[in-house]
Amino acid sequence: MSFSTLADAYQSFDFSACFHSVHASEVRNVLDRAGSQAPLDTRDLLTLLSPAAQDFLEPMAQIAKNLTCQHFGKTISLYAPMYISDFCCNHCTYCGFNANTRFPRTRLTLEQIDREARAIADTGIRHILILTGEAPKKTPLSYLEDMCRIMTRYFSSIALEIYPMTETEYRGLKQAGADSLTVYQEVYDKSIYKAVHPKGPKSDYTFRLLTPERGAAAGFRAVNIGPLFGLGDPASEAFMAGLHARYLEQTYPHVEISLSLPRMTRAGGAISPRHLLSDRQFVQTLLAWRLFMPRLGITLSTRESAAFRDQLIHLGVTRYSAGSRTDVGGYHVHTTGTTVQFEVTDTRSVNEVAAMIRHSGYQPVFKDWEIF
Amino acid sequence: MADTLTLGHRNFTSRLLTGTGKFASNEQIRPMLSASGSEIITVALRRVDLQASPQDNILTHIPDHVTLLPNTSGARTAEEAVRIARIAREAGCGDFIKIEVITDMQYLLPDNHETLKAAEILAKDDFIVLPYVMPDITISRQLYDAGAAAVMPLGSPIGSNRGLEMKPMIQRIIDTSRLPVIVDAGIGRPSQAAEAMEMGTDAVLVNTAIATARDPVQAGKAFSLAVTAGRMAYQAGMAGSSRRARASSPLTGFLQE
Ligand code: SF4
Repeated sequence: MSFSTLADAYQSFDFSACFHSVHASEVRNVLDRAGSQAPLDTRDLLTLLSPAAQDFLEPMAQIAKNLTCQHFGKTISLYAPMYISDFCCNHCTYCGFNANTRFPRTRLTLEQIDREARAIADTGIRHILILTGEAPKKTPLSYLEDMCRIMTRYFSSIALEIYPMTETEYRGLKQAGADSLTVYQEVYDKSIYKAVHPKGPKSDYTFRLLTPERGAAAGFRAVNIGPLFGLGDPASEAFMAGLHARYLEQTYPHVEISLSLPRMTRAGGAISPRHLLSDRQFVQTLLAWRLFMPRLGITLSTRESAAFRDQLIHLGVTRYSAGSRTDVGGYHVHTTGTTVQFEVTDTRSVNEVAAMIRHSGYQPVFKDWEIF
Repeated sequence: MADTLTLGHRNFTSRLLTGTGKFASNEQIRPMLSASGSEIITVALRRVDLQASPQDNILTHIPDHVTLLPNTSGARTAEEAVRIARIAREAGCGDFIKIEVITDMQYLLPDNHETLKAAEILAKDDFIVLPYVMPDITISRQLYDAGAAAVMPLGSPIGSNRGLEMKPMIQRIIDTSRLPVIVDAGIGRPSQAAEAMEMGTDAVLVNTAIATARDPVQAGKAFSLAVTAGRMAYQAGMAGSSRRARASSPLTGFLQE
């Protein structure tokens, strides 16, 4: 059974009725069990994401803090994203790179990639996340493999956030040095998915949904998934993402699973977000995920403001991006006329983010993997 | 005669092994070592960045007299563990290696099969091999045959602070092992470390409980005292510690007279 069977079963689930049926006493019960480190099931995750649980954020936070400290210690891993191409044939209505947006597109040459990589490595960052739009003609497998080989000179972990590929293609990228994969489902609700992905290969819901499985089967050691908050109903999307993470954890026990909580920010040509996740709901989601999966990696991007990111450090996040540029060549190459995929809200440098982490009583970890 | 812990060709006075992971800052490592008297510290090779600034390079925080125990954390197969061990030696981390092969990211439980394979190769390669395993007397015997320097059964899952969940299994290893037994993982309180030592464990490795304590230096000291107390109790042959009948004055002694 793949995750699509499970995801399909929930398409007709009445999330709203379920969430509203939760009573405070049930939340207390789940918290008791989470506090004593009993495993939580999917019904417990629904309880923690319900409106009733919003009155329990402080006790949830206390448990989340303890669990995170126990499993990850007082450390926060750092990584930086690097955009190498903004060509894209998809029409995602929420993204500045979508095929309808007119701007001069850029694809870095291998030489430019090398310069860009060196500039990032000079900041101390050793974990890199490579991003591209979906344009297999412009950024074919061979180009991506060459890119990975360059990256291995500068970084000890190479994560990919590229268009979905087959298992065989992923094996090629792993061979070239990549070790982890990020792929956001964006939205688990099928009808919304269809509406916001009107054209292009990304409109295939199931192919995208099963991408993390193909990556895990291809041998990536870490897989990061997530919904894009601002498209579907936040609580049910958070639940589906948790369900997906749990499925991957159980099906591929050798793979480290993480979740991200990207919230839509402004970008060229984008629709305005619906159902935007409030800060309280954001925190609730983060805490619910942590209690549900104590060993889950939780990634936080620079989409969030500096002040908000500073507060979240104690609540279960394990990985921060730092010093991010979301335009192609933004670190060093500086091609003119580029556009950003999303707007960075926390614009601090790597050093400033590391200093904040130290100040909060945590250690910024620049390197926690090696491509052996 | 001094009560020393012998691993390979090396003798150690302290029976508390510590770790470098999970500290709020690398600067806490040195004072923790000095308070705990620990002479062996494990470091994940995947965390070592030789190009990093001194503040961010873990190795610069470990005093020379403390023995480095690089571990193969991140390895999913014997082959990867062997590769990591060889890189560690080339990087100047010495001959000690803690084999950690984990294929279960949810509970971080070791894969005994792959661990044994790695131990066989690395022992032949003259490493002082300390393998982290699920407590099982068969693996402990096989590791002896493979040339390991110790066996490191887990008390409970890494970082769980649950203490000696595997106590009966560990006791069987202590009773049968010809290798030093070092309980690794799961020890969350000094009393649990003392309990392991009272059972006859040769040493314990504590990381999370020290690194994530409010005061890691004080916690290091507390663990050191507990390990010493537990060891003393074991050596004193505390009443009730034997699981076989041992009469204070033999009832049938007269037959020999
Ligand atoms: S979200 Fe990705 S696939 Fe969609 S338009 Fe943007 S870059 Fe292309």
